[in-house]
Amino acid sequence: MTEIEKTAGGQSAPPAAPEAIKAIPVKHYGRYVSAVIAIALLAAIVYAFSQGKINWHAIPDYFFDDRILTGVGKTLLLTVLSMVIGIVGGIVLAVMRLSKNPVTSSIAWFYIWFFRGTPVLVQLFLWFNLGLVFEYINLGPIYKNYWSDFMTPLLTALLGLGLNEAAYMAEICRAGLLAVDEGQTEASHALGMSHAKTLRRVVIPQAMRVIVPPTGNEVINMLKTTSLVAAVQYPELFRYAQDIGQNSGAPVEMYFLAAAWYLIMTSILSVGQFYIERYYARGSSRQLPATPWQKVKANMFSLGRPKGGAA
Amino acid sequence: MSDKLSKNDTPPKAVVPMVKSEGVHKSFGAVEVLKGIDLEVKPGEVFCLIGPSGSGKSTFLRCINHLEKVNAGRLYVDGELVGYRQKGDKLYELRDSEVALKRRDIGMVFQRFNLFPHMTAAENVAEAPVQVKGVSKRAAQEQAMQLLERVGLGDKAGNYPSQLSGGQQQRVAIARALAMEPKLMLFDEPTSALDPELVGDVLDVMRDLAESGMTMVVVTHEMGFAREVGDSLVFMDGGVVVESGHPRDVLTNPRHERTQSFLSKVL
Repeated sequence: MTEIEKTAGGQSAPPAAPEAIKAIPVKHYGRYVSAVIAIALLAAIVYAFSQGKINWHAIPDYFFDDRILTGVGKTLLLTVLSMVIGIVGGIVLAVMRLSKNPVTSSIAWFYIWFFRGTPVLVQLFLWFNLGLVFEYINLGPIYKNYWSDFMTPLLTALLGLGLNEAAYMAEICRAGLLAVDEGQTEASHALGMSHAKTLRRVVIPQAMRVIVPPTGNEVINMLKTTSLVAAVQYPELFRYAQDIGQNSGAPVEMYFLAAAWYLIMTSILSVGQFYIERYYARGSSRQLPATPWQKVKANMFSLGRPKGGAA
Repeated sequence: MSDKLSKNDTPPKAVVPMVKSEGVHKSFGAVEVLKGIDLEVKPGEVFCLIGPSGSGKSTFLRCINHLEKVNAGRLYVDGELVGYRQKGDKLYELRDSEVALKRRDIGMVFQRFNLFPHMTAAENVAEAPVQVKGVSKRAAQEQAMQLLERVGLGDKAGNYPSQLSGGQQQRVAIARALAMEPKLMLFDEPTSALDPELVGDVLDVMRDLAESGMTMVVVTHEMGFAREVGDSLVFMDGGVVVESGHPRDVLTNPRHERTQSFLSKVL
């Protein structure tokens, strides 16, 4: 399309070339109407909040408060550790589930059935309250302790979140492993590679392309789900924001603050996810997807042109 | 059948056939695909399998390196039973690791190439020697370059399979199989998924390989290749060997009616 416009005035061109098309583009009235409605709604929301009694200053005042920063750190720590438990557990469960061994396969099935079929919050409370039924933990000669000393709030949170996540990750990994063409396994076996090597060198690297996008989703989901552990006495971002809100008399403002921090963290994670996906796409597509910066550069030249331009 | 085998337990030492098939049967569920295949592939021979689709050629080929389990009969590669160990008159299934050990010596080329898409051409070729034989990465890399030169793709070593044409991918696949220095190469319709203009390059590579003395079992629809390069030819239909002999004889003077009608449609 760009070229057509450049040669639009070329009437003196040699007769062989057909005349460039100059057509009037279709008018998209729907776009203008929807824009007007959206702006009106936004204005209404902004007006409503400006009328509310909101102490906006509280947010910047507490944004980098020590407690908030500690909370952010703990939220991140919890996210990372739970996801590590989830991913490692998920891979193991997926391989067990797909194995020819009927025992391991049924164990994996049962695990997934249980942990996926009950709510995380219920699982968290379960772990938290196991102390009511067990006084000691006794692993024979290896480890022995009072239950209350053993089951710290951090361990409760990790078990609750991590074991639940493993069930979801198992299904994601299983889907990824099944998505790899059977011919790949055959080719690898035909070369004399063992099951384990085939899995590690051939199948899993290709499964990653299918596994990574939903796993990125899971990480972002996990970051938000960590706010549930406030209920089992492990202090993280949400819990600290709540505490500050109650003491400083600005509870709603502190919820805004927490929401802003969660948004910042999930946004950063989304960017990371994009680059990881790009890495695992190598070899599967002839050209890697453009990075945002490359897209911006490409769009500079087609700005102001309707969708479908030839840029 | 077991009587006959216990006498014949070790094949004669003079010329051990590279592949020996005695009454091989194979079923998928209720469908019997192979109904007793008897044949012998001599070392150094180019052995062509032709026949209509569904005749069991590919299945038989896959039985040779135990990608499919044989249901009845015996299949030997280089004098050794495929997939089982015989002690007295009892058969024991081989462990996966033992099967893998035997597959090292048998190269296989697939109709759909099955190159590893996340590795470059050179990495595809170097993978098995490093992972299976424990060859050093550098040596495997050098060998991979030599093999890629040999199949005429020295300049494509760094390309991913998706950046290669079908014919180039198939030649990389041949190089990959050769990297394990096999004593037997299996080709499962290696040119069937290719554009007609790309078939020639792949056949040229296979012809060179045949001249170098490699034992090859080739399932193919390329009658020209079978006639020129083949030493033996078998026509299969409905899970049985209908006719066998020297390619020139079978292709020009088919004795059996079914062979005649098949060839009249193909040639």
